This record gives sequence, structure tokens and C-alpha cells, in this order.
Amino acid sequence: MVDQLDTPVRSRTPAAHKKPRRSPDSTAGLLAKILLLGLTDAFAVYVLMALFMSEKWLILAVAAAVTVLINWIYLRRGGLPAKYLAPGVLFLLIFQVFVVVYSGYVAFTNYGDGHNSTKADAISSISMSAQKRVPDSPAYQVSVVEKDDVLSLLVTDPDGGVRIGTTGEPLEDVEDAQMGGAGKAVGADGYRTLNFNELLSVQQDITAIKVPLSEDLDDGILQTADGSNAYVFKPVLVYDEAADTFTDTETGVVYAAGGEGSYVSDNGERLATGWKVGVGFDNFKTAFTDPDLRGPLVSVILWTFTFALGSVLLCFGLGLFLALTFNHPNLRGKKIYRTIMILPYAFPAFLAGLVWSGMLNQEFGFINEALFGGADIPWLTDPWLAKFSVLLVNTWLGFPYMFLVCTGALQSLPEDVNEAARMDGASAWRIFRSIKLPLLLVSTAPLLISTFAFNFNNFNVIFMLTGGGPRFSDTNMDIGATDLLITLVYKVAFGQGSGRDYGLASALAVIIFIIVAVISAVSFRQTKALEEVNS
Amino acid sequence: MKVHTTGTTAFGRRSFALGAVSVTAALVLSACGGSDAAESTDSTDLASAGATTLTMWVDAERSPALTDVTAQFKEDTGIEIKLVTKDFEQVSDDFITQVPTGKGPDLIVGPHDWLGKFVQNGVIAPIELGDKAADFQESSVAAMTYEGSTYGVPYSIENIGLLRNADLVPEPATTMDEVIANGKAAVEKGAEFPFLVGMDPKQGDPYHLYPFQTSMGVPVFGTDETGGYDASKLELGNENGAAFAAKVKEWGEGGAGILNSNITADIAKEKFNAGASPYFLTGPWNVPLAQEAGINVVVDPLPTTGDQPAQPFIGVNGFFISSKSQNSLAATEFALNYLTTEAVQDAMFEGGGRPPALTASFDKAAEDPIVEAFGKIGADGVPMPAIPEMGAVWADWGGTELALIKGQGDPAESWAKMVSNVEAKIAK
Repeated sequence: MVDQLDTPVRSRTPAAHKKPRRSPDSTAGLLAKILLLGLTDAFAVYVLMALFMSEKWLILAVAAAVTVLINWIYLRRGGLPAKYLAPGVLFLLIFQVFVVVYSGYVAFTNYGDGHNSTKADAISSISMSAQKRVPDSPAYQVSVVEKDDVLSLLVTDPDGGVRIGTTGEPLEDVEDAQMGGAGKAVGADGYRTLNFNELLSVQQDITAIKVPLSEDLDDGILQTADGSNAYVFKPVLVYDEAADTFTDTETGVVYAAGGEGSYVSDNGERLATGWKVGVGFDNFKTAFTDPDLRGPLVSVILWTFTFALGSVLLCFGLGLFLALTFNHPNLRGKKIYRTIMILPYAFPAFLAGLVWSGMLNQEFGFINEALFGGADIPWLTDPWLAKFSVLLVNTWLGFPYMFLVCTGALQSLPEDVNEAARMDGASAWRIFRSIKLPLLLVSTAPLLISTFAFNFNNFNVIFMLTGGGPRFSDTNMDIGATDLLITLVYKVAFGQGSGRDYGLASALAVIIFIIVAVISAVSFRQTKALEEVNS
Repeated sequence: MKVHTTGTTAFGRRSFALGAVSVTAALVLSACGGSDAAESTDSTDLASAGATTLTMWVDAERSPALTDVTAQFKEDTGIEIKLVTKDFEQVSDDFITQVPTGKGPDLIVGPHDWLGKFVQNGVIAPIELGDKAADFQESSVAAMTYEGSTYGVPYSIENIGLLRNADLVPEPATTMDEVIANGKAAVEKGAEFPFLVGMDPKQGDPYHLYPFQTSMGVPVFGTDETGGYDASKLELGNENGAAFAAKVKEWGEGGAGILNSNITADIAKEKFNAGASPYFLTGPWNVPLAQEAGINVVVDPLPTTGDQPAQPFIGVNGFFISSKSQNSLAATEFALNYLTTEAVQDAMFEGGGRPPALTASFDKAAEDPIVEAFGKIGADGVPMPAIPEMGAVWADWGGTELALIKGQGDPAESWAKMVSNVEAKIAK
């Protein structure tokens, strides 16, 4: 969108580039610039407003700075590179850098089940859950009334008595209350009764009303959740703000805020609801020292590399072979073949996983029943066969892409080198190996690297086909022979134990990121060498 | 975007706050092009300011029961309920992560076994059912109770039962041995399978096999004095565990062939609907298709394997209110005072087909013998544990049963290993 701002510049003659003229842009360009920048700014103002409303000050400051920067870049004269680079860099920051940095941040926290939000949230939700209805206490019918902008509860006892009270003012008797149907008091002198719609507009204030049942606070507190019924509650845990502790009203046990993001008693008991805190390198330590993880980790890493490399080689090999075959000039019906070849590419990977897992069913699957005459081959439940099946399915899914890429690359190869080689008497194999393949690799090598990175984290196929199984027997974690690092992360962080652990998941993801980044960086260096050799 | 401004302003400073809010809100809304919402914030008339909107998250399976009910609620009270349909696998996790940011919904619909995680993460608020609790089936309220507080309004109860093809086996049986004998007799007469239960070939299915386990005296968790599950009492490892494990292996592929890990839920359904088996251990969700396929379906009580009743897990669907809802009064009004009425529970049964939790509505629904039979089985059932520790049990439990069904390993040994694994995970 924004990179069109300077369209007129492109039409300048090459000479103009050497010495940029400081002339005004064309009218159309100026209009486009004003329009696009206006739209961007309108959107920015909307975002800033929304951020202001929700009081997100840090993000607000960053967003404001970015807006100013964008305006400065496009309003000033000159600085052409910045004008081209700004949108791309911006999106890179938002969609890549931010995600990586945020995962990195989460990796150093205990974010997960039980440590889900801020400390204030934890305190409020512990207090809320600690309110227990006093056993065998009666239910009261209430009306919400208002006097001098103070909301009160007009309470009808089960035996017909009418009393009124509000936060901090215990219930007291009301004379001559107006009674409605069903024996419920609906109004009192000097008070205005709120109707249902009025209740809704002040609902937060109504649910916050805490009427002491009597002068003695131990009798409990009357609260309503719907503005028409109230019950007597007594907290089983009381929060002491000064000491930052919860005290159990029955046992007297004190839970103090511990450094690990939860309230802990002296004998080590923890309140279930905690909050998010930084934990330093603990998650990374767990990843490397957990005895249940360490054992299978080696075999999982080995298999991950095998799977990723195997997938790339098989897909590329098959794709290239088919591309060469269907590139033959004398072949008829090429278009039909090529279209059919691409079909698996149109299949969503997770769906293919499900379908193949049905087809590979040991007893009822199509493969065993139709292709192997009812044989009993445990495709997905034998460790080695499962690995083979996963590779097979992934090849089926991946070769059309390589077929497409190779077909394109083959067709762009210059025919004259080919002919020259043939003149020199080279065999077809020799031409392929010494001329076509090296030339092909120049354009496809980066794609091979990205395919490797993709398959390194190919969650869908594994999860849908085998779920990582069959399980290893030497660990008590649910990790199996076809688990990749990424499915292992998923299982360790989400599927095991008694909760989701986003912190640990992020730590493991960061480790995977480092592995993939290093491999990609090294490979791209190699590719560069390849290019230089050929050029 | 949601504008909850009317509900949040303090009563006394209302008009001032409204002025300030509406100026900014008008600016914001004009930017995104919404105009009707702005009018309601501008209004100083309290009556029309009650045009509250609630957001409720629901999955595709549960939403049909709710579309009519929410429309009716809007007509009755003026409160609009926006139903947001989300993926069932995702909705509870999204709820847990979104509520603290303030972007979560006011209400969420789902099974009661989410409770433990929700409470642990502090994302739902307790609801006092009051006298209404007595109108519900006891097990449904018990399921919605966690650590002594009620957190949800129940609307339906689900459990498995034993479907019998009455054309193949005319009489009900009470013990699993009789069921197997009947099944084998049917196989001799030409049926393909003596007994069917859908399995996941990767994870087994402890949920469906649970009644046999309870019948032999091996529940997952013991209970504390309030009747809730106690994670410190893992009953899986009690003295009867090994006997049950041996039973599973005996019934498995290496033994009697009653349990077959290659028969997935889909294959089991297909085969039963084709009349290939006299028995199918499953839930009410598979009954309509079987009837359509012309099978003479009868629902039998769950057969016992030991000296105790065969108790299935029951799942109770209900409504939970977010602890951060800005509209908690309206949400409570909807969940507590509207959804608990007989007419609404009737309507939800008609729309969604799940047996109602409200006793009066259930009695009406139970005119259908199938619903009645499932209800009777459910009355003996036990709530699926909602405690977060249950998450530590499934993988090992299913994996071990799967291995036994495949005829691998020594029952007593692998069962003991599973128990120690689960204990280690819970202790973490």
C-alpha cells in the first residue's frame, strides 16, 4: 500500500538517480500520497484513541512514536531508501521481531495454568472464590433502591420482615414498606426503586454492595448477583492488604505471597490461583535437566533431523524426477498429467493426516485390505513402520511443490548449454548431473532450505497421523517414536502433567528457533558459494 | 468492538462520566464507522441505557440449542446476547488466556470438567444457585460444584450406555460375561462382532471403559469430605487395579477379541449401524443415526464386571460467567433466572437434543425411552473429575490400556508403572 507513494519517482530517467532533483512530485503522486498518508493517520488516531481508553500507556507511546516516524519519513523531501523500506521494516517488526521477542520474554516467566494473569487479578479472584454462602442461611428477596446517589438493598426476610442496608451500614428495619406481589418489598419512603434497565446500567455497583447482616461482621455479608436475590456470604479466606497475606478464617493458616507467583503457607501449601512472575533461566534449566525429557530428547532430535532431511530429499527427488519426465518434449497430454500431479498439494495437511491414518489402519485400512490383500501390517503402531509411514505421507504431501518448482526451473534453463553438451557427446545422465542439476540447484537451494525448516517443525502431519506414537517405554512422558521436537514441545508444555506451561513451551521453542536459525544461516552461506561457482 | 461504557460508570457521577465518555467514544466510533452504538452512549435516559450486550462463547455443537433461547431473551429483557461460535478444542484455552486481558466474553458454555482449570486460573466467578439447586438433578449440581462453591448453571447431562440391537439379542443382560456370551452367540448366527466400542488407535479410550473399571472398584480419584475429588487419593493404584488390567488384556486382541484398538469410533458406528454387532458401548449422540439406519435400538444399563455398580463418567454442560465480566448482573440474570426455567430448558432440549439437567424438563424429555434409559444410567454415574490433576492421568491411562488391549506387557506390571507415572506427574 504505502510503497506506491513514490510511484512517479520510478518513471524518472536513470540520469535523475545520479543526482536527485529536489523538485515537487507530480499532482497525482501528491494526491495519492496525501490520501494514503491520511488513511494511515486516521487509522493510527483510532488505534491511539483505543489505547488511550484502555490505558495501555507503553503501547500508546510506541504507537505514537511510530506514527510520527511514518509521517516524518513520507513528508520530508529526500530520504528515498527510507520511503521504500519503511513499510517492510514495520511489518517485519510487528509480525516477526515482536513475536520472537515476546516468546523470548514468556520463556523467562512462569506463564501457564495457575499463573495466568497479574497479581491484582489473582487476589480478586481468590477473594471472589473464597466467598462461601453461610450453610443453611436463608435466601432473601431484594430490591435495589437509591437515595442521594447511594444504592441500598431493600431486603425481604423469608418470614416477611423488611429491612434495608448498604455497604458499611448493617440491615435495619423499615416501616411501612410498599409491598409488591409475592410478598416482596418493592419500595420504601424516601427511596427510589430502580427498574431492571436501571439495574443494568449500574450493575457493577450493585454487585459490589456488601451489606453486613448485623453489627457483628461474623454473621456474614449480604450480597446479590442479580439484583433480585441475595444470600449471606462469609469469606473462608481474608486478604490483608498491609501484610499481603490471605488468612484462613477457620484454621488461621496464613498464606503469604511467595516469590514464585503464588500464596504459600508456612507448611508449603499453595493457593491454586497465582500470578505471572519472571523465573529467570528456570524453564531452560528444566528443558535440559528434566530426567524424563533428557532420555527421549536425543532420539527425538535425531528423528527430527532424519525426518526433515528425509522429507526434503524424497520430495525433491520425486518432484525432480517427475518434472524431468513430464518435461520431455515428445510427451503427449502433459497438461493433464501435470494437473493430476499437483492434486495432493491442494489437500490441507491436517486433513491428509486424518485420511491417511484411516487408510493405514491395521485391520480396516484401505492399504492393508485392498493393496496387501488383508495383511495385518501395523503401519502406525510399529516404531519403524510408523516412521516409514510418516515419511511416505509427507512425501505424498510435499512432492507436488517440488514438482512445480523444478518444472519452472527446468523450463528456464538455457537450451544451448544442453545442446553444446550433447554435441560434445555427453550422455543424458552426464548432462543431468553436470549441467542441469547444478543450474537447478542455484534457484532451488533456498527453497530446499526453507522446506527443511518447514519440515523441521511439521506439526500437522505428525500430530494427525500418529500423534507422535508409538510411545517409548523408557520414559514416563507421552513421547513416542515419531515425535518431532515441535510435537514434543506441544506435549511437554500442554498435554502432560496437570497444566499448560506457556513458559516452558516458549523456552523449548526458543531452543528450536536457535537450531533452525543456525542451520539455515550455514546453509545459505553454502548456497552463496554455489552461486559464485556457477556464475 | 465492544462498548461496555454504560455499565461501568459510577452511579453518582454518571452524567459527567457519560459526557466525557461519549465525546471520546464518538470520536472512536466515527473512526470505525459505527453510529448506532454511539447513540446509546449519548443517551442520558437510563431506561434505554439498559441496552446491554452480552457476549457468549459457544462451540458449533452446543450453539443450536441456544440461538432461539437468546433471541427470546432479547425480546423479553432487551439484553442482546452475541453468540460467538468457536472451535471446541480451542474455546476453553482461549477463554483462559483472553479473560485476563479483558477481551474475553461474559459467558461461556461447556462441559463441567473445564471447571478446575478455570478456577485455578481465576477466570470464572461463583454463582449461588440458591433454592434453584433443588430443581436440578443432584448429579448435575454436584458436577458444577468445585471446592465447595457452585460455578456454573447446568443445562444438560450426558453419559454413555450400552446400545443393543434387539433384533440380534432380544433380552437385556446384567453382567459383562452375559453380554459377551450373547455377543458370541450372535456371532455364531452371522454377526461380525460380539461387542463394539470405539477406540482411538493412538490413545485407547479409558472414558468408555470406565464403567467396567468402577464396577471392579477402581475409580480414578477418591473423594474428600465435601464429596469433591481429592487429587491426593489416587485410587487407580488400589488393590483392584491389577485385576482390572488383567481383564482388559483378557478382553483384548490377544484374548477374547472383545476390545479392538483398530476399531475407531467411526468404524464402530458404521458396523453397528450395518447390523454387524449386537452391542455398542457409546453415548446418546450415536442413537439417531442407528435408528435412521433401521436398527432396533434398545439402551441397556451398563453391564457389571465386578461386585460394584458400573458407573460411567457423566458430563454436565453448563454456563459459566467470566470473573472479569463488566455485565455480571445481566449475565447472572440470563444464566440464573432465565436459563433455569422449565420452558427454556425444554427449548434447549428441543434445539440441541441433550437431556436436560432440570428435573421437570428431564421428566418431560424422558417420555422418550432412549432418553429415559440414558438418564437412569447417568443417575448412577460419577462426574468426570474437574480437578486440574485429571489432565495428568489421561495420557498414561489410555496408553497403558491400549498396550494391554494389544496384548502387550504384563497387566499387573504395566498398571503399576502407569500409576507411578501418574503419581510423578501429579507431584510435579
